Amino acid sequence: MNASIENRNEAQMIASILAGNTHEFHTLIQPYERSVYSMALSMLQNEADAEDAAQEAFLKAFRNLDKFRGEAKFSTWLISITLNEARSRLRHKKTAKTDSLDELTEGGHVSPALLRDWREIPSEALERQEVRLLLQDAITDLPVIYREVFVLRDMEYLSVNQSAEALGISVAAAKVRLHRARLMLQKRLAPELKRVMPKRRWLPWF
Amino acid sequence: MVLECKHVWEHISGYLDGNLDAAVLEEVQKHLEHCEICSAILDSTRNILILTADERVFELPLGFSERLHARLEAEMQGFSYGAAAAGDEGDT
Ligand SMILES: [Zn+2]
Repeated sequence: MNASIENRNEAQMIASILAGNTHEFHTLIQPYERSVYSMALSMLQNEADAEDAAQEAFLKAFRNLDKFRGEAKFSTWLISITLNEARSRLRHKKTAKTDSLDELTEGGHVSPALLRDWREIPSEALERQEVRLLLQDAITDLPVIYREVFVLRDMEYLSVNQSAEALGISVAAAKVRLHRARLMLQKRLAPELKRVMPKRRWLPWF
Repeated sequence: MVLECKHVWEHISGYLDGNLDAAVLEEVQKHLEHCEICSAILDSTRNILILTADERVFELPLGFSERLHARLEAEMQGFSYGAAAAGDEGDT
């Protein structure tokens, strides 16, 4: 795979940036612009906050690049900076009410939506703004502890172990939260997506 | 041992991530073969994961990249590593 080539190039780029070629940082972060932004948006629920948090995360990464340890992947390091940035903003704007809601749902039980037939994926669905908004709303409405693990695992493709590590929780806790997050989304989105998607536009998913 | 639907639901994530014990996996698979509701739940969950992983869900705002790089450019003026030790610690 070219993952190791990418890693090596990144390591070289980082060494060069630290040696004074700071402008290479522009190139270094290019592949991550979208995922840092989407992570911030899914955490913060509004575009202006998300852009600001994403910018701040990249600035922090730049300023602290000399503290980056090469044994972690640069992307993982960047993710944890972004996560911290988003979390500290959430702490500032969060009300006591949402705090206690998050705590309450930790022990809760989630049942999925009981659909009888869904064999297809509406792959053209994302061309519709309406569907994108449904997805965005559903993700950003998840309580924080579920939103975080869902974003890391299912949107940023970290492994469950990496997600647990980034969140500072046990692997078992990460699995439980991830499962609940997925079922919460299924419960909410499956009926909504069925309703807004005309059947004839659905494509088989294999 | 025959699994009930609600027990199958508990294994949906493990099933999707491919990390169920062999014995549990076999029971779940057996159940899914004859239970329309559980297989629809599995399919819809998987489909939602595929949809939300799509880059189009959270698109970059227009001009995002330009604004970001302009801010970085300003930051880079006169910046040097080591000299900034008193600066932001970051919490990684
Ligand atoms: Zn069933």
